Amino acid sequence: MLNLAIVSPFIIALIVPLLYKSLKRVHTGWFVLIVPIVLFLYLVQFIPSVASGEVYIYEVPWIPSLGINFTAYLDGLSLILALLITGVGSLVILYSIYYLSKERESLGHFYVYLLMFMGAMLGVVFSDNLMVLYLFWELTSISSFLLIAYWYHRRQSRYGAQKSMLITVTGGIGMLAGFIMLSTMMDTFSIREIIANVAAYTDHTLFIPAMLLVLLGAFTKSAQFPFHIWLPDAMEAPTPVSAYLHSATMVKAGIYLVARFTPVFGGDAVWFWVVSLVGMITLFWGSFNAVRQTDLKALLAYSTISQLGLIMSLLGIGSAALYFDAADTASAMYSIAIFTALFHLVNHSTFKGALFMVVGIVDHETGTRDIRKLGGLMAIMPVTFTLAVVGSFAMAGLPPFNGFLSKEMFFTAVLDVTQLSFFSIDTWGMLFPIVAWVASVFTFVYSMILVFKTFFGKHQPEKLEKTAHEAPIGMLISPVILASLVIVFFFFPNLLGEYLIKPGYAAVMPTFVGVEGYDTQFNISAWHGFNTELLMTLGVVGFGVVLYQLWPKWEGVYALFPRKWTLDNLYNRSLLTLENQSTNFTNRYMTGNMYHYMVYIFIAILVIVTGVVAYTGAISIDSSNDAPISIYEGFIAAVMAVTALSIPFAKSRLTAILLNGVLGYLLALFFVFFRAPDLALTQLVVETVSAALFLLCFYFLPEWEKEARKPRIKVMNAVIAVSVGTLVTLLALSVQNNRFFDSISSFYENAYELAGAQNIVNAILGDFRAFDTMLEVVVLLIAGLGVYVLIKLKPKKEERGQDVEGE
Amino acid sequence: MKANDVILQTVSKIAVFIILTYGVHLFLAGHYEPGGGFVGGLVLASAFVLLLLSFDIDTVRKGMPIDFKLLAAVGAFLSVGTGLAALAFGVPFLSQTEVSATLPILGEIPLASVVLFEAGVAFAVIGTVVTIIISISEDV
Repeated sequence: MLNLAIVSPFIIALIVPLLYKSLKRVHTGWFVLIVPIVLFLYLVQFIPSVASGEVYIYEVPWIPSLGINFTAYLDGLSLILALLITGVGSLVILYSIYYLSKERESLGHFYVYLLMFMGAMLGVVFSDNLMVLYLFWELTSISSFLLIAYWYHRRQSRYGAQKSMLITVTGGIGMLAGFIMLSTMMDTFSIREIIANVAAYTDHTLFIPAMLLVLLGAFTKSAQFPFHIWLPDAMEAPTPVSAYLHSATMVKAGIYLVARFTPVFGGDAVWFWVVSLVGMITLFWGSFNAVRQTDLKALLAYSTISQLGLIMSLLGIGSAALYFDAADTASAMYSIAIFTALFHLVNHSTFKGALFMVVGIVDHETGTRDIRKLGGLMAIMPVTFTLAVVGSFAMAGLPPFNGFLSKEMFFTAVLDVTQLSFFSIDTWGMLFPIVAWVASVFTFVYSMILVFKTFFGKHQPEKLEKTAHEAPIGMLISPVILASLVIVFFFFPNLLGEYLIKPGYAAVMPTFVGVEGYDTQFNISAWHGFNTELLMTLGVVGFGVVLYQLWPKWEGVYALFPRKWTLDNLYNRSLLTLENQSTNFTNRYMTGNMYHYMVYIFIAILVIVTGVVAYTGAISIDSSNDAPISIYEGFIAAVMAVTALSIPFAKSRLTAILLNGVLGYLLALFFVFFRAPDLALTQLVVETVSAALFLLCFYFLPEWEKEARKPRIKVMNAVIAVSVGTLVTLLALSVQNNRFFDSISSFYENAYELAGAQNIVNAILGDFRAFDTMLEVVVLLIAGLGVYVLIKLKPKKEERGQDVEGE
Repeated sequence: MKANDVILQTVSKIAVFIILTYGVHLFLAGHYEPGGGFVGGLVLASAFVLLLLSFDIDTVRKGMPIDFKLLAAVGAFLSVGTGLAALAFGVPFLSQTEVSATLPILGEIPLASVVLFEAGVAFAVIGTVVTIIISISEDV
């Protein structure tokens, strides 16, 4: 069952700390490795049936009354992503077993976070329900935050983690708003239903805002320009994490989201332009900046940004097909871009995963990732070198590696764009192939830098922290598998195309399935004749080689961008300003004086409640239906009033506390009169315990001094007090006459049938409104821990200095 | 605490048992009569508070080596856990159920899963209240 598959990593994550503690001699990774392998094998068996067009839906009710259900939906698109998550996940965990030392690292934490992330990612790609999707989406942000900050003693790790969290979560909240707009428009949370009904809503006023907000979520997650700045800093995470989160899976969540929502928003000019342009800009900017990086991981980070931009732009181009009728031959030409996007998605995961692992090996075995210190490693690390060549050449788009195929198809797609004649594309269409070509040249250059600067040239052992040697075999298995896939996919691309990419395409473009010529267009061929695409590739290689050779001559280009104007700087500055300003602002009203806070609270109540009451005209007092007031009740009410009035005039603190207690006990007496023994009981015990607490606390407080206040302030206090009192009294009196909802007394009658309880109060607490009770318990726990932490972890007396009095 | 609390201490020793029994009774009676997890927990907590007032913290701690922070956490997890357990049976979150068991001597006893939920509430209440009081009183 698919839902269980999603939840299983979380369940195993609960056991990991125990395994880590009790079985210290075995690397915890070996136990964890079982999870993705089993899940991968489980998912593999779906491939044939999904390829023949089947989809699977499993539903577990969660909050059925709101239409929020944990619905797992498996189709071609989610299957591709899920196979990547579990497949690359298995390899990454295998790799991490050799990468992370079991003596020095706290593996318990690491694998818990990693499993959490895996489960969250599976949840994202399988969820059909928008709210559940959002839940898992944010969970990926949180688990990636924890993973990036894994080496939390490093300042840079914490910075990177915070940055990625702030950016992706902000985008995620935007996305949530978009989801809510979508669901209010179409009155459903189910993506399938939204896709089915979307045609009637494309002119809705919320349609474009919802689209842009969903895109905001996708772009922040997939590190699209200008939100890409978090990705290079996320490289502070351990390399297995970078390989997994920041190349193969998490950053692809945004791609997934765009693909998933293409049937909803595709065909609209805004969607086409935003997605393809942002993709193109990201493609160029990423590749352009990757060239100048000296840290290998930073280079790969920018390269990932660029490649994600490439996939994004393909999705944008492909969405144009939905503008046409499905049977139109012109549309098929553009829709192939979607196919290319998914194809490159898989290819990118293979070669970039391998490259990250290669860089991890270099880092692990030499102690540095700085290309200025590296060089001449070819002879020392032959296997790693071969892997690097395979990965880089695939990234550069050279044969015989899978990157070549998808890059050629990408060129085809951008060339096709120039033939479009709608969305006012005629004027700007030429930009697409030009940007794509230029970006490819840079891609070629940085791919060459990666290989040649690291593995060729002079070996400089004196600059390395360790004596370089080949990695242990266990560390090589995973990248070898990925690199073999790079080659296998080149020679047998149609196998992949037929069984994975085509069903994925069918999921994104459901209306195109079965139209004329549908099946023939998915034939990927390594040799496509002497055409423009091939010439472009030859140009890329030619110019790339020249640029690579002349690198010192044009390095100065980067100096043209003033350091002050970078997006990173903007981010840092705005964060700093935000922090300072909010501190200033907060200090202005958080005076630490209890009196001020009470004044704020009461004035807020007065303004808000009086405003609402005046606006709705809710006050209507009608005492004709009220029960008669007996003499006892009147008497107690009078005593309570006298007690309350005498509190402000109490001479000592103890008197005030006792008077307060009297109020509480008298209230309990009221509950007894009105036959609410439960409330009375609770009130009595609460009163007792809190009186004890009060006494305990006040024992340590300094002597009570009457504060001398100006008469003006005293009058104001009196006005506030009287107004609040009047307001509450009026509200209480008019409660009887304003009934917006059905009375809950019907539950009193059937509490026994529904909850098996004769005590209605308990039935409400434990059954009808158990959710409230549960969260109250959690709040209580948090409050208790808060008190404990405040008291126990405050600075010791000597650290606090002289300001301690009365102790 | 000051010396010469003999009367308080002697009375407390007896009273605590009465209060504890009453607290447990309240907790169990909750489904049909006044009581329940919250009140039951509070009454039980007040028994501990009484002990703390009449004896000192160290004595109480030696007599009852309970980590009240842990107790509160266990309670909260128990409440959430019974909610989650419902999912395993394919019913919505927090669904409660009831079965009856026939025991010798006692006769038919109704067993409701809500008892577990309420136990979580009670644990959380006891744990939190006692944690707060111990924390504050230790902070001298």
